[in-house]
Amino acid sequence: MQSQNIKEGLKDSIPIAIGYFSVSFTFGIMAAGFGISPWMAGIISLCNVTSAGQFAGITLLASGAPYFELFLTQLIINLRYALMSLTLTQNLASSVKTPQRLLMSYGITDEIFAVAVTRKKPLTLSYMIGLEWFPIFSWTVGTVLGAIANNLLPASIQSALGIALYAMFVAIVLPVARESKGVCFVALIALCLSCIFYYVPVLNRISSGFSIIICTLLASGIGALQITEEKTA
Amino acid sequence: MIYLYILIMAVTTYLIRMLPLTLFQKEINHPYVKRFLHYVPYACLTAMTVPAIFYCTANPISAAAGFAVAIILGYKKQSLPVVALFACVTVFLVELIPL
Repeated sequence: MQSQNIKEGLKDSIPIAIGYFSVSFTFGIMAAGFGISPWMAGIISLCNVTSAGQFAGITLLASGAPYFELFLTQLIINLRYALMSLTLTQNLASSVKTPQRLLMSYGITDEIFAVAVTRKKPLTLSYMIGLEWFPIFSWTVGTVLGAIANNLLPASIQSALGIALYAMFVAIVLPVARESKGVCFVALIALCLSCIFYYVPVLNRISSGFSIIICTLLASGIGALQITEEKTA
Repeated sequence: MIYLYILIMAVTTYLIRMLPLTLFQKEINHPYVKRFLHYVPYACLTAMTVPAIFYCTANPISAAAGFAVAIILGYKKQSLPVVALFACVTVFLVELIPL
C-alpha cells in the first residue's frame, strides 16, 4: 500500500520534474552570472524549492540588500504557499499527523500542490514523498548543471521546455472546468483579473506573487458566493 | 554572509508552507469556506498561467501555439505528461519556422 502510494506519487511527478529541470537550469545560469558557485546555487535550490522566490532572492543577495528586505520579499512572493497549504489540510488522510505535516510541507510548490489537490484519494505521507522527491532532486541537479554548463542547452530547447509547466496547469484546470460550472466561472474570473494585474498601468507594478494571491482570493471568493448549489467534494 | 541570506530565505519559505499545514488539523465544515477552498486551486493555477504563458518561450507566437495545443489536449482530458510534451514539441517546431 505504502510503496504503491510512493509509485503513484512518482508517476504523477514526472512532468513536474521535467519542467523543473529547465527552469532550474535557467536559475543556475543566472546564479553563475551573479558569481555564485554551482555548489552554493544547488544549496539555495535544495533548501528553498521555489522559482520566483529564488530568482528574487539571489538578485537581492547579489545587490547586498538588507536582511529585512529579503525576508519581506520572500514573504510576499511565497505567501501563496500558505493558501495552498491551508487548502491541502482538507485533503489529508487521517494518518497524517503533525510530524508527517512538518515533513511534507517542505516540498509544497505550485506544481506539487496542483497535482496533490486534484488527487481523488486522501493524501498520505508516502504519496506526498513520492510526489515531492523527484521534482526536488531535478530542481537541485538542474540548478547545479545550469551553473556549471552556463549555456550548454541550446536556446531552442530551453525555450520549448519553458512551456511545460504551464501546459500542465492547463491540463489540470480544463478537464475540471469542462464538467463544473463553478470551476469554469472561477477560472474565467481569475483569468480576467490576472490579465488586468499584468497589463493595466500602476496595477502591474504589484509583484507577480502578490497579484496571484489577490486574483486567487477574489476569484474563489466571488465564485463561492455566486455558485451555491454545486457539490464540492 | 551568503549563508545568512540563504538561511533567511529557506526559513521564511519553509514557515509559510509549514504553519498553515500543521496549525489547521480539523476538517472545515463551513459551507462558504468549503466552496472557497474548493475553488482556490483552479483560480490560482489560471492566474499563474494567463498571461504568463505567452512570455515563457522565445516569442509569444510559439507560446500561443503551444498554449492552443495544451488547451485542445487538456479539453480532451489527455494526461499531464502528454499535454506537456506536445506543447513543448509545438513550441520547438513553431520556432523553426523563419519569420
